[in-house]
Order: sequence, then C-alpha cells, then structure tokens
Amino acid sequence: MNSLAPSRLTRWIIGILVGAFFAIPLIATFLYTLRDPKGGMSLVNWHKLIDPAFASTLQPIWTGLGNSLVLAVVTVVIVLVLLAPTMILVHLRFPKLRPVFEFLALLPISIPAIVLVVGLSPIYLQIARTLGTGTWTLAFAYGITVLPFAYRAIQASIDAADLRTLSEAARTLGAGWPTVVIKVLAPNLRQGLLAASLISVAVVLGEFTIASLLNRQVFQTAMVVVRNQDPYLPAIFTLLALLLVFVLLLIIGRAARGHRKARS
Amino acid sequence: MTAPLPRTQDNALLADAGEGTAVQLQGIVKSYSGNTVLHGVDLDIAPGEFVSLLGPSGCGKTTLLRVLAGLEGSDSGAVMLGGKDVSRIPTNKRDIGMVFQSYSLFPHLRVVENTAFGLRRRGVGKADAAKRALDALALVGLQEHADKFPHQLSGGQQQRVALARALVTEPKVLLLDEPLSALDAKVRVQLRDEIRRIQLRLGITTVFVTHDQEEALAVSDRIAVMSAGRIEQIGSPEELYGAPATASVAAFVGLSSVVGGTADGASVEVWGQTIPLQTPATGPVDVYLRPENVVFAEGADASVRGTVEESTFLGSMRRTVVRTEAGERVTVQHAPGIRPSFGDAVGIALLAEPVAARPRA
Repeated sequence: MNSLAPSRLTRWIIGILVGAFFAIPLIATFLYTLRDPKGGMSLVNWHKLIDPAFASTLQPIWTGLGNSLVLAVVTVVIVLVLLAPTMILVHLRFPKLRPVFEFLALLPISIPAIVLVVGLSPIYLQIARTLGTGTWTLAFAYGITVLPFAYRAIQASIDAADLRTLSEAARTLGAGWPTVVIKVLAPNLRQGLLAASLISVAVVLGEFTIASLLNRQVFQTAMVVVRNQDPYLPAIFTLLALLLVFVLLLIIGRAARGHRKARS
Repeated sequence: MTAPLPRTQDNALLADAGEGTAVQLQGIVKSYSGNTVLHGVDLDIAPGEFVSLLGPSGCGKTTLLRVLAGLEGSDSGAVMLGGKDVSRIPTNKRDIGMVFQSYSLFPHLRVVENTAFGLRRRGVGKADAAKRALDALALVGLQEHADKFPHQLSGGQQQRVALARALVTEPKVLLLDEPLSALDAKVRVQLRDEIRRIQLRLGITTVFVTHDQEEALAVSDRIAVMSAGRIEQIGSPEELYGAPATASVAAFVGLSSVVGGTADGASVEVWGQTIPLQTPATGPVDVYLRPENVVFAEGADASVRGTVEESTFLGSMRRTVVRTEAGERVTVQHAPGIRPSFGDAVGIALLAEPVAARPRA
C-alpha cells in the first residue's frame, strides 16, 4: 500500500465534492424544468416538446439544432480531412515545423471570440460573395476555434504511435501515401481522432458568440430567442444537449476500449 | 526449435524461388544539413547474394540501406536494381521487401492481414492474398499464429512475421535493417540462422545492416565494412577476418590486438619472434593479432611478459587481456580451465600463423 496515497475517507470526500460540483447545477436545471407555472412540479414543460401548440415556439430551436448538427459534421470533416493529415505530414516530413504549428494551433484558445469575429468579418464578406451566406460556412470559423482542442487530442495519439516506422513499412510494401494514411495511420490514431471529433461536436453545439455576431442561427442563438418566449424550453434543450454529448462520450469511450481490448 | 520448411510444391513462395536481382549503388553521396554521411559509396551485389553492411553506429550503413530502399533520397549517385536506375522511383514502386529494427507490424491488423498487406496493395484478391500469406507464414513457422494480433506475439515472432510480410510479395531485393538488435541473444541466433536458411532457399538478393560482426560473419556471402560514410573493405568473411585492409576493419572484425613489428618481405618480427605475413611488407608495421594467435608461455618460451588486466569466461573458452611491458594490450584466447587473476604476471608468445600487417602511420 502506498503510504502517500490519500485515505479511503479522503477519496470519498474528494469524490463527493467533485461530483456535487458537476451534479448540483444539472439537478437544479432539471428541477427547474419540472416547475409547473401553475404551481407544484409536473412534466408539463417537457410535454411542450411534442405539443403542436408549441411547434412555432420551438421552430427556431429545431432550425438552430439542424444548423448546428450540419456545422458539427462539416467541422469534424475539416478536423479529419485537413488538420489530421497536416499533423501527420508535419510529424513525418517536417518535424522542425512542429513548434510553429503547435503555436499556431493553440493560438485560438488565447484569442477571445469577439476579437476573432472582428478579424473574421471581412473574410466572411468574401465567403458570402463566393459561397453564399449559408450557416454551414460558419464551419470555417469553428474549424479554427476547435483547433487547440482537436490538436492536443490528435497529437497525444501521434506521440504514442511509431508513425514513422509504420508508414515506412507500409511504403516498402507498395502502399502510396493515401493508402498509408487511411489504411495504416488512421486506424492507429483512432482514439485521438475520435476524441478530436467529440470535442469538435461539443464546441460547435455550445458556440454562441461567433454565430450571434455573424448573424447565423445555430442551437445556442435559437435558445436565446426561445427563452424570451418560454424560459423552460432552453433549460430542457440544455439538458438534452448535455445528454447527447454524454452519449457520444460513451460511444467513443466504448469504441476506444474495444480498440484497446483488441490490442491488449 | 523451428518447424521444418514446407515442401516446395505446397508453398507458392518456394515454388517461385528465382535467381535474385543484381543491385548496384553508384557514387552515393548523402548529406544532412551540410554534414556528409555518405561519401560516394559504390557497391555491386550479385543476384542472390547476401551482403552485410557492417560498421559502428553513425558510419552510414543504415542511411545507405534507406537510400537503396528509397526512404531517403541521395544528393548524387544512382541506385540500380536489375540494371534499371530506380533512383527517382518512389519506395512503394521499387519492389523491395524490408524488415526494420523496431517492430513494424501494423498493430490493428491480424498476423495474416499484416502478411497479406503488400499483396493486397498489388491488387491480389483477398482469398488468394490470404492463402499466399499463410504460405509465407509457414515459411517462418508461424502459420498457427495467423489469427493473432501482433501484441500477442513475442519479439522474435513479430520479426519473423515481418520477414514473411517482406518476402510474400517476392521482392527483387530483401533489406534487413538490424532486425535482430531488439531480440535476446538466443532468439537472435535462431532468427539469424533462419533468415540465412530462407534466403538460400529463395535465392533472393539480401542486404543486411548490422553492427554485430559475429552476426555478419555467420550469415554473409560478403561483408562491406563501413566507417565514416565510406566502405573500408568488402570481401568474404574469411577475407575480412584473415586479411583486414585497414586498422579499423581489423579492429571491428574479430577482436584484433595491434602491436608494433618490423616487416622484412614475407615475414615480420614481433617480440623477437619471426612469423609469416599474409601479404608482403617492409619496415615498421602495425601487426594485427587475433586472440587465437596468442598463447600463454612460461620461461624461455615466452616472447614477452605482461600483467593480466581482465579475464572473461565465454563458456567454451576464456579471453584474457594482457598489458605488455611495452604498454600494448593483447588479447589471449585460451582454455577455460586456465583462470588468470587481475594483476598476475604472465608470459605470452605468438603461434607461427600468418598475420595481417599494415605500414605504421
């Protein structure tokens, strides 16, 4: 027994405190959604989700959620198709560029979203002229905001795998670079790629500032709109969004565990 | 004990065994950031030959192999496979097989999928590729492990699968980049012998990089000893051991002791003894003495006296280092029953065997 390890009681106290830190706001929000405007507790607010009378009230949320899901998909595609191969390229062919690339990738975390929008506004004028004003174009900005989180997740996997030897072995066996990346490297970076994808989805579903300032309707901006008409519905959707992310986390954890099991 | 090789008619790989491909490296120069690591290396390898690149760390042997594989470009020079210049052809189109120092099996693929990987890249159908992969695994005695993942195999088994994977595509040349260095001593010897046995059966031209002279001497048709980006000498193991061209070759191949002598044509005088030379020389020379050429001697039979500095038991023999009165360190190979202690005063003499000598610099 390691004498430096905390006692069982200390571990329980820490566990309860940390658990309470996360659980209390969620429980409070859930209880709030059960509050009946006529007094007492009921599921009347949850019933609004399927009540045709509230269909027009909920419409902005469904539109915003649809837009956010499209944005999440495009952002994940940007991470998987642009960021991940670039990181592999830097790791294998241009290792001296890694500090510069890491600095650039982590930079967005230190730039407030409002400042980012000021810089992005003129760029989005050009994007609107060439690609239109579709909400999906926000994914270019989100591709930048998720960079620091996606970078760390993928880099951890890259550092854990011997990509150089794997890629060289594959090339000596006749594989071209696309095959090397898709058939050999990506499966060995699966955990990092899954984590980066999940983080990207979570960031996109929770983003408000950029979408609001660039006048795009996404999940978070829609909730602000709906809150003015019904304060309970945004709370319900917040819980549902958290549940969605939790389920995604479980799926990714299970996939990663399955991968680890196969390897160990 | 490894499984016996399958019969030729049962094994597609053996049935297709060919004559091998000639390999030529012509004037290969390679630099990194202004630091030249290969200085115009020339090397001709005959079809089906097993050539080892031997040398200390940093001598350029792995870089030369990587240039041959196409994993590194050269600043100048040409790589020829079967008479065709492949210098500008990328690695994946050179038709080579390579086994790496570190375990290079794809962790997410089963053994049979790893082995079939190269065949699938060449458009071979899944079923045919699996059958040929099993043939290749049979060649290295691992067909019963086909459904395992790499982490379920020992290091030696993983390198044997890597060997099967490299051979299954019937490449023009097999490149081995210190494939045994991560293995323990017993497995290393087993796999070393297995590689040579399979290479002889398949007749494939093989280039083997190693820093272990014993490994190189045991399996090679010829050995190219490299030093500081150049090939110092290339020849059969017997030639290198018996007649090293330079001091560094003598030092690297076979534990030579270097002592001073005076040559007079066909013989040389060392410690007052006259012994024959392998190649004629005159004047002051450095004489390379093999441990087995030096013996302990008593009284008048001793040519020179010295003090024991260290003695190592090696199973069937013992090697003892003696510092002579002139300050030369000489290694003596002798029966294990003789057990000199540190500081013992001993006498030594030379057997009348031909020795190598080079003019003293």
